[in-house]
Formats: sequence, structure tokens, C-alpha cells
Amino acid sequence: MQAKLTSGQIALAAAKRIVTLAYEKKASHIGGALSVKDILAVLYADILRYDPAVPGSPGRDRLFYSKGHACMALYAVLCETGFFNEDMLNTFTADGSYFTSHVNHKVPGIELSTGSLGHAFGVACGVALAANRKHQSHRVYVILSDGELDEGSNWEAFLFAAHHRLSNMVVIIDYNKVQSFGTVNEVMGLEPLADKLRSFGWDTTEIDGHDHEALRKTFASAAESQKPVAVIAHTIKGKGVSFMEGKLEWHYKSPSSAQWQEALASLEQNNV
Amino acid sequence: MRTAFIDQLIKEATENESIFLLVGDLGYSVVEPFAEKFPDRFLNAGIAEQNMTGVAAGLAMEGYNVFTYSIGNFPTLRCMEQIRYDVCYHNLSVKIVAVGGGYAYGPLGVSHHTTEDIGMLRTIPNLTVCAPGDPVETRMVTSFLCNHSGPGYLRLGKAGEKIIHDGPLQETGNHFPKITEGKETVVLTTGGMLETATAYVRANNLPWGIYSVPFIKPMNEEALLRIGGAYAKVITLEEHQASAGFGSAILEGFNNLVTAGKLTRFPDVKRIAIPDMFVGYAGTQDYIRKQVGLHL
Repeated sequence: MQAKLTSGQIALAAAKRIVTLAYEKKASHIGGALSVKDILAVLYADILRYDPAVPGSPGRDRLFYSKGHACMALYAVLCETGFFNEDMLNTFTADGSYFTSHVNHKVPGIELSTGSLGHAFGVACGVALAANRKHQSHRVYVILSDGELDEGSNWEAFLFAAHHRLSNMVVIIDYNKVQSFGTVNEVMGLEPLADKLRSFGWDTTEIDGHDHEALRKTFASAAESQKPVAVIAHTIKGKGVSFMEGKLEWHYKSPSSAQWQEALASLEQNNV
Repeated sequence: MRTAFIDQLIKEATENESIFLLVGDLGYSVVEPFAEKFPDRFLNAGIAEQNMTGVAAGLAMEGYNVFTYSIGNFPTLRCMEQIRYDVCYHNLSVKIVAVGGGYAYGPLGVSHHTTEDIGMLRTIPNLTVCAPGDPVETRMVTSFLCNHSGPGYLRLGKAGEKIIHDGPLQETGNHFPKITEGKETVVLTTGGMLETATAYVRANNLPWGIYSVPFIKPMNEEALLRIGGAYAKVITLEEHQASAGFGSAILEGFNNLVTAGKLTRFPDVKRIAIPDMFVGYAGTQDYIRKQVGLHL
């Protein structure tokens, strides 16, 4: 068992892996991976109960990663926290590798394969319902992208979880404001998002999704709520790599060799 | 069939604590006995079938054997991707139950005609696809699904289907329940068309064999091999589009057997199915079946 890493250490190491994987494997979705990495780093450093040696242990907290396209962030964090080693991660997208470029449950630590948006939330509702029915104390976390809130199935799940008072659930929205083919405001505006979720019966908080202390406090206090908790995490697509931040093109592009070097330097400089 | 289904489900759930029933705000005057007996293993998920299927997958991940219950296209076509990806890729014990197979809800219009489900669902890996022919088969198939690990689809009729089998089936599990042996010609049916085939053959005193095929996938190729060896002419009868349905599955099965060298002669197969059309007018199930040619 490796020494416990801080969320800051996990986030920086994960960010470096993300840009390196994107460069080496010519992978897309670097922007959305960098926007969510701090949320994942805090969850895995300080919040979730898990044992990387026994990924399916019954008492673990369950994390459902609905924005499966941003797989590099979760794979990187699971690698940092000991679910698998670097050699396994480096098979990413190779012929025959389970490390597909949308998260795959055949990889240790991944609860559910995703990639088609609007799926994980409903499944997580079933898992949270099962925990209630069986009087189990583990908690259920769901990470959604902002763009996938266009999918109606997510709103079915918002209704369901509130109606059945699934207070063992925390839904985190990685609100980086940029979706696949435009900004969220251009494509399908979500505002006023917090008001929408509150009116749906969710205990809703808005925070800076890159502020580790704020994330920690919000997640820790979520356990007190009698309702399901929604965390709107305001983030920046491509966070930490100055030339990628807020840019739609980094939903798709993979960095050149020079851009990769520049990205690594930028991450160090910005000390994400 | 739906009464046979719920009776059997209650029987199984009494002994098997993993059985959970989710309904999509349907099941009035059918599912109440289950809900009353097992309130901890019942939930009305509302009119939200995509979410219901996701919730079912989540419950199954936690060890439940989950039945989702709704009408025809709603727990099936409406949420095909949840079935494919959440349930079947993860190989979870979710059993999708559709009432109103074929034109059972004939007067209700095209929205309620369940005529493409078999074709769509049988292409999905890991999914067992079932359409029992009468209430006796419904009990057997329900029992099978209650004890089957992995995804399943159960296509039911509605209520009032005649009992075709005299007494319980001799065999359980994936097989072709026999109505009668015959010579030269055999009729294979799936779902509620069993009654039509049986009535026709008996009324005309024909020397034909009749077998029901309640398991469309996986196709029992040993049973099919026996049929192919014993009969030169095979008629398939189903309340489903001709494309990709039950008759197609039979053709594929024979083709597999012939190419594998197990069957030396490809039988003469006549498929009776819906000829690639919607029925935009009202009608009883019998009326619509006759209009679209679902008769021998």
C-alpha cells in the first residue's frame, strides 16, 4: 500500500498523465478530463471509502462516472490511488486493451461502463435505492457533465431520487460551460440551474470545482442532508493548461509534441 | 398470461428474496398482490421507462433479480440503449416484461402494437428472449427467468388466453413444448399464435405437428435439429414483423445446422408474419391478425 497522497498531489499527477496520454495515444476529450480532475482527486483522497486491492468490496462507496468520454481523468486518478499500475494504464486504447476511451467496467475500480450520456444517473439511483432497502451505509456519487443535462433521462433521475428521498446520493455536475459543438449557453442553456435543481427537491450547492477545500467541505457536509445533494461545480474546461482553458477545440484535439511539453510546463507553473 | 406471470412471480418471490418488481406506473389490478406481499421488493418507478431500466440495472448490481413491467414498446423500444448498454453489456439480472405482445391491444392503435420487439431485442448479446404460448408456458418461463442469472425479455399477451397444454409441461427450461406430433408438415409458433395454430389444425383434422417455441433466443438447436430431421415442411407463425423476428430466427437456426453439416437438407420453410406494415386502424386482436394475414 503506497503512502496516502493529498488531493493536490493526485490532481497534479493526474493532470500530467492526462496530457501525456492524450499526446501519446492521440486521444480526445482532454478539456473535460482536466475540468473534472480536482473533483475526482478530492473524492479519492479524502471522501470515498474504498480498498484498491478489493475494488468490489461490499462496503465501498460507489462512484458512477457518467461523463465517460473524460475517461483519462478517472483512469489517471485510479492509477494514482493504486487500483492498477502504470503499465496497465499505458495500454490505453491499444488493440485488445480494456482501457477504452470511454470508461469500461472491465477496468478495476470502474463501477459502470459509460460513454452514452444520461445513463449512469439512473443506474446509480437503483444502487442508492438498494442501499436504502438493505439498510446499508455506503454512499453513491454521480459525476455528470453539463452538456449531458440535455438528455431527458437525467431529469427522470432527478425526479426519481428526490421523490424517493435518496439522501445517500451526491450528484456532482462538472459545469465547465463548454459542450461538444458550442458553449452550453449557445447550445442549450441550463440557467438558472441551481434553482431548477432546488425546485426538483435537491439540496443544491454551487462551488468552485477547482477549490479542493471547498470540495472537501461540501462533500463532507452532504452526509448531513435529508435530501439528495447536488453540487454544481463551476469548472474550466482544460483547467491548468493555459492555452487549453475554455477552448472548444480541446474537446477533440490531442496535443502535438511541442504542445505536450508546453502543457506539462503550464501545469507545473499553474500548480493545479 | 399476465395473471399466470404474476402468480408464478409471487410464488417464486416467496422463496427467493432477490426478486424485485419495478413497474412503469402500469399493472393496475394485476401487480397489487405482489406489492402487498413484498413491499420492500416493489416500486412504481413512474412513467419513466429509461430511468426504470437504469434503476433496475442498479438494483441488479446490488444483488437483486429485477423484473421491469410495462406495456409493449415502453419497457423495450423506449429504452433500447439502457437495455443494451446498462443491462446487457454488464450482464445484469434484469428481466424485462412486456404485456400486450403483438396486437393484444389492437384497438389502442400503433403506439400499443408490439410488433418489432423480438427482432430488435434478439440482436443484443446476453439477452434471453422469451414469448410463451399460453398460461402454462408463461408459468414455466417465469420460473426459468426467476432462476436465471443475466438479462431476459418476457413477451406476454394480455389476459384471457386459452390454456393449450393439458396440465403442467413435462419438461422445463429452453425446449419446444409439443402440442402434437405429425407427418411431413410442422407448425412452429411463438407467443399467443399457438392458439391459432392449434385451433386450425384440430378443426381441419390435419396430420401436422405443432410445437411452441417459447425461447426464441438462445435458439435450442438440438430441438430444431429434431424438427428439421423429422419434417420436410415447416410453417412458422408469429405476431411480429416478418423481418428479424421468430421465423427469421428459425431460418438462421436451420442455416447454422446445415452449414455445420448436422442437417443434410434445408427444410421448406414458410414464414407467416406481419408483412412490413403498420396497422393504423382500430380492431380487435383477432380482426387485425386476419387483416394482416396471420393465419394458416
